[in-house]
Amino acid sequence: MRIELEKRPERSKLFSILSPFIALGLTLIVGAVLFLALGKNPAEAMFYFFIDPLLVGWSLHELAIKATPLILIAVGLSVCFRSNNWNIGAEGQFVMGAIAGSIIPVMFHGWESPLVLPLMMISGAIGGALYATIPALLKARFNTNEILTSLMLVYVAQLFLDWLVRGPWRNPEGFNFPETRNFNASAILPEILDGGRAHWGLIFAIVAALATWFMMRSTLKGFEISVLGQSARAGRFAGFSATKMVFFAFLFSGAMAGLAGIAEVSGAIGQLRPVISPGYGFTAIIVAFLGRLNPLGIVAAGLVLALTYLGGEAAQISIGVSDKVARLFQGALLFFVLACDTLIHYRIRLRSTAKVANVAAAPVQSPAPVEAR
Amino acid sequence: MSQKDGSGFQFNLQTTKGNNMKKTLLALAASASAIMLAGPAAAQMDQVKACFIYVGPVGDFGWSYQHDQGRLFAEEHFGDRLETAFLESVPEGADAERAIERFARSGCNIIFTTSFGYMDATNAVAARYPDIKFEHATGYKRDHPNVATYDSRFYQGRYIIGQIAAEMSETGSAGYIGSFPIPEVVQGINAFMLGAQSINPDFELKVVWVNTWFDPGREADAARALIDQGVDILTQHTDSTGPMQVAAERGIFAFGQASDMIEFGPETQLTSIIDDWGPYYVERIEAVMDGTWEQQATWDGLAEGHVVMAEYANMPDDVKAQAEATEESIRSGAFHPFTGPINKQDGTEWLAEGAVADDAALSSMNFYVEGIDDQLPQ
Repeated sequence: MRIELEKRPERSKLFSILSPFIALGLTLIVGAVLFLALGKNPAEAMFYFFIDPLLVGWSLHELAIKATPLILIAVGLSVCFRSNNWNIGAEGQFVMGAIAGSIIPVMFHGWESPLVLPLMMISGAIGGALYATIPALLKARFNTNEILTSLMLVYVAQLFLDWLVRGPWRNPEGFNFPETRNFNASAILPEILDGGRAHWGLIFAIVAALATWFMMRSTLKGFEISVLGQSARAGRFAGFSATKMVFFAFLFSGAMAGLAGIAEVSGAIGQLRPVISPGYGFTAIIVAFLGRLNPLGIVAAGLVLALTYLGGEAAQISIGVSDKVARLFQGALLFFVLACDTLIHYRIRLRSTAKVANVAAAPVQSPAPVEAR
Repeated sequence: MSQKDGSGFQFNLQTTKGNNMKKTLLALAASASAIMLAGPAAAQMDQVKACFIYVGPVGDFGWSYQHDQGRLFAEEHFGDRLETAFLESVPEGADAERAIERFARSGCNIIFTTSFGYMDATNAVAARYPDIKFEHATGYKRDHPNVATYDSRFYQGRYIIGQIAAEMSETGSAGYIGSFPIPEVVQGINAFMLGAQSINPDFELKVVWVNTWFDPGREADAARALIDQGVDILTQHTDSTGPMQVAAERGIFAFGQASDMIEFGPETQLTSIIDDWGPYYVERIEAVMDGTWEQQATWDGLAEGHVVMAEYANMPDDVKAQAEATEESIRSGAFHPFTGPINKQDGTEWLAEGAVADDAALSSMNFYVEGIDDQLPQ
């Protein structure tokens, strides 16, 4: 017996929409079983995971802080993925954006002016975009696999940041601890409302999501992105350039990740440190797919994922489960999202070995001896 | 500062009643002259919730593990009067402030933040919750009257293990796995070297910085690299048992860190510098219960029982006897590990013959003593 995936002739509209919710439901079931196995009351655990963080104002602010970078990065990635470009290096572009944006508050730390913040945000976005041009250029010129190059550049960016905060940018009054000076007041993104720490990054994220949604839906550029993403050849007939699209996709997603980086550093951290992201650039890939590459879906997905982080903490304090449980939850969520999506496009077929041998004899890829096992 | 105390005083008058008020006033009067740093005294409490934030997992068998042992010790001591909670593996950065704030809002009366990198976050949250006490380990910022700091004189133990290393090493060289080049860690390296030089003036010390507090893989890699360079004694200022396990594999001696790691190297560990936070946690939680909690900067060592040496094992009796003698003379105060003459790495004099380093100099130490084979990252 062998299990095969077979492409469905037509995918169900209904289940395409339901899929994320089914995935969420399955995650909850797995979670409940997990908590039962740990000897905790699953209802109580689910309450702390998913409801408790939503009940108080400050916690909503924290939710916004956590969701901001995820949404910003994922919105950029959605455009990139839709155009069939695979930027896996948003984490690196996030870091480079944070570094580029921090040039002013670190090197000119005495300068206080209303100009500081806009300049920081712009240079952050430029920094991320420039860093994303490297894999774009390699792909466009040398046909290099952008998944590999963008991923590897993540480590370069992280090590560069590490070197900066230990070396030239280290706070001279910081007792040798690897971190830069604290940014002065005019380099800190202001809070949106009193009573919580949520900063203007959230506004950027929502504006970016709306603008991207509009672009994808109602502009020629959006059409170009979808056409080239679905078929480069069809795009060529329409007069669209796949090479230019590589640059557009990478620059766009790089700029978004860079903006997320400087917004996080300026709004939530207040200085550069050796590590400024707990993997936002990678988690955002989950967010992008959970939101079905739709900018508005991504806003919702970003909030859900942020909720699992906060809920993980609440559960740790209130019912004493390990922080690993939150990670497990996220993993289960992604697994079910991908599984549900796969099952919308494909169906599972069980084939007996004899049949498979027959199929393999036909002029397709796998050679017969493999089946003999 | 005086203004802040003034407002705190008013606050107490308004919120405490009857006997408690008398007590509060008495306490205030008694301490008013002596208080330089202290905040307002609070009322007595029968029931206290103490919360802990750890940088690593409680199962690291090092730093965070020992803090958690301290928490459990306090729980045992107070029984029903104390409720505790903890968060493990909280990254130093944007997440720390949220974690501390969450505790502040969940009814904690005293919050222990147990890593240097929580310093700014601790002070930021403390500003918003003046009625909650904050205790930050290994930091130096006490921006608000409700923030205290605490640390241990680990360097006392490091001098002792330096002596043991010089006695036990056949190649005359040891490897030191450092976390971050901050004063606390540099102190330890220097104390180790001074101890070693007191036995063998030509002792060599190689240092590797791993730039993390807890990463078993990287720590183990550093250990292998050092052994490959020919050292036959390992010591570490990181929190995992990785290096101890590598030393056990390669059959060389090593020193444990933070907790007794003898289980991970029964024939490898010579001794370990154990952090015993339990008594401190009990003392400070008691102070909150009694309403006598005051801001302070604690820096205790062998004498107070905050630094404890694990059993001296896997060494000849004379080495053990010497280690015990050194331990005793440090504990009694007869000897200070940083006693001159001591030169800096570049050969210039730092302490003259017989001079003893003061705490201010130690807590801002950012240079190596003479003889260390490494360049301090500056």
